[in-house]
Amino acid sequence: MDWVNAVVQGTLLGGLYALFAAGLSLIFGVMRLVNIAHGDLIVLGAYLGLTVVMATGLHPLLALVFVVPTMAAIGYVLQRGILNKTLGDDILPPLLVTFGLSVILQNLFLEGYTADPQKMNAGALETASVSVGGLSLGVLPLLTFGIAIFVIASLQFIFYRTPLGRSFRAVSDNQEIAQLMGLNKRHIFGLAMALALAVTAIAGILLGIRTSFDPTAGGARLIYGFEAVIIGGLGNLWGTLVGGVILGVAQTVGAKIDPGWQLLAGHIAFLVVLAIRPNGLFPRVSG
Amino acid sequence: MPEPILSLRKLEARYGDFQALYGVEMALNEGEVLAIIGANGAGKTTLLRSVSGLMSNAAAQVVYHGQPIGALRADEVAALGIALVPEGRQLFPSLSVEENLLIGGRLNRKGPWSLDAVFELFPVLKERRAFASTALSGGQQQRVAIGRALMSNPDLILFDEISLGLAPVIIKSIYEALPGIVGDGMSAIIVEQDVSKALSVSDRVYCLMEGRVSLEGRSRDISREAISRAYFGVE
Ligand SMILES: Nc1ncnc2c1ncn2[C@@H]1O[C@H](COP(=O)(O)OP(=O)(O)OP(=O)(O)O)[C@@H](O)[C@H]1O
Ligand SMILES: [Mg+2]
Repeated sequence: MDWVNAVVQGTLLGGLYALFAAGLSLIFGVMRLVNIAHGDLIVLGAYLGLTVVMATGLHPLLALVFVVPTMAAIGYVLQRGILNKTLGDDILPPLLVTFGLSVILQNLFLEGYTADPQKMNAGALETASVSVGGLSLGVLPLLTFGIAIFVIASLQFIFYRTPLGRSFRAVSDNQEIAQLMGLNKRHIFGLAMALALAVTAIAGILLGIRTSFDPTAGGARLIYGFEAVIIGGLGNLWGTLVGGVILGVAQTVGAKIDPGWQLLAGHIAFLVVLAIRPNGLFPRVSG
Repeated sequence: MPEPILSLRKLEARYGDFQALYGVEMALNEGEVLAIIGANGAGKTTLLRSVSGLMSNAAAQVVYHGQPIGALRADEVAALGIALVPEGRQLFPSLSVEENLLIGGRLNRKGPWSLDAVFELFPVLKERRAFASTALSGGQQQRVAIGRALMSNPDLILFDEISLGLAPVIIKSIYEALPGIVGDGMSAIIVEQDVSKALSVSDRVYCLMEGRVSLEGRSRDISREAISRAYFGVE
């Protein structure tokens, strides 16, 4: 039963990792931008949530009402103001600039919030649990997993069923020809980053409720996000959820064998998938 | 003499150090169909890329409805009513046939063209509307590319070698559809290597050679000898 429990807890943890990964995947899919600052942007979402909670006394989940649009706006401005200028045939400038952005964000967090770990208090939600078939499942992890499914289903809907998603796919396919359709790729990229950071805001707040975070917490989240994206196969959103789950399960099962193995087991699972299926489990078939 | 819808004034275009167009002068009147012919590498595609904003030029070198547009971005040019059917079709592989057409119509310009009108022109596309655009034959893809450009209800449509790589019978049927397309006052520039096709559908013709206009005239008056001289530069 302990093992079943580890697998179930890992699966639910995978929902959070999928949320870390979804924004990364979306940005890479639309504009081939590898965003090194993604983890720090998740932490930015957590700090913004903390700020709203402290200023208003709202429940952290309600803080989403402010943090999601704020992060989306930051995403649009960041993309149009800086990141668009780095995109071109050379893949190095976006890497360097988002790396620099990561350093800047971490320093801003340190200035604004000190190096002390912070956490958002979600009250009874944090300890509430339901018992299912002899397993005790936390309400918060269940809720996180449910939100992850909802977010991925929504992104999937936007991508494949709306004019905006059609524009995302067209620009991703062929930027030049997409411009001929009257699409301003700079604007489309801005919208994609806004959407990605809206998802990142959700990930950040759920992170900040689940665990404590500090200015350097982004690095690990970036790696989990990357690993989930790559396990699932680049550009496949449901694959990203599966990738998150595999990573989560590997970590909880690893921790079950030996508490020190938690992170290592996740990385090993990632490397094993990469060795067997270099394109991930469900790569997008490209035309 | 009415104002031309499009004029090129000493149009120059370069790729890095390589100059592809040298002082090209051209005028297109409203409702007119212009053919551009010329050997491989003469600069025909470069000319269409310059007009459609895919290559940026000095603003005053491309004048559309009296407005200098040479320096505009391609999306801004598209919004003014210029559509390009690009060389090699260039459909969006992640979009279905219907989505390729719909995205062509996203500018919502007023005019006769709609999804239904394109399906009426090319019924095969209606049958295959849900197909991936990559799953179509070359001729069907070319019809999608033409339909996608029409969906924006352009005032000026640019065709770049729509017969490239297609079987003669398909080329024939696509060219038979052209008069119905450019009949309603739409102006068109047709780049075509097949000289007799080009002459049969156009009012006037320009021949390019190594980035310069080597011949210009009315399609029905022009002689074979003049064309081969302009085409290959043989005296
Ligand atoms: N991206 C590019 N970089 C450098 N040179 C280019 C580029 N594209 C075209 N050229 C050069 O510019 C000249 C004109 O090319 P262009 O494609 O306009 O010719 P074209 O008349 O359309 O030829 P074709 O009949 O083969 O399509 C050619 O010499 C070509 O080699
Ligand atoms: Mg060409």
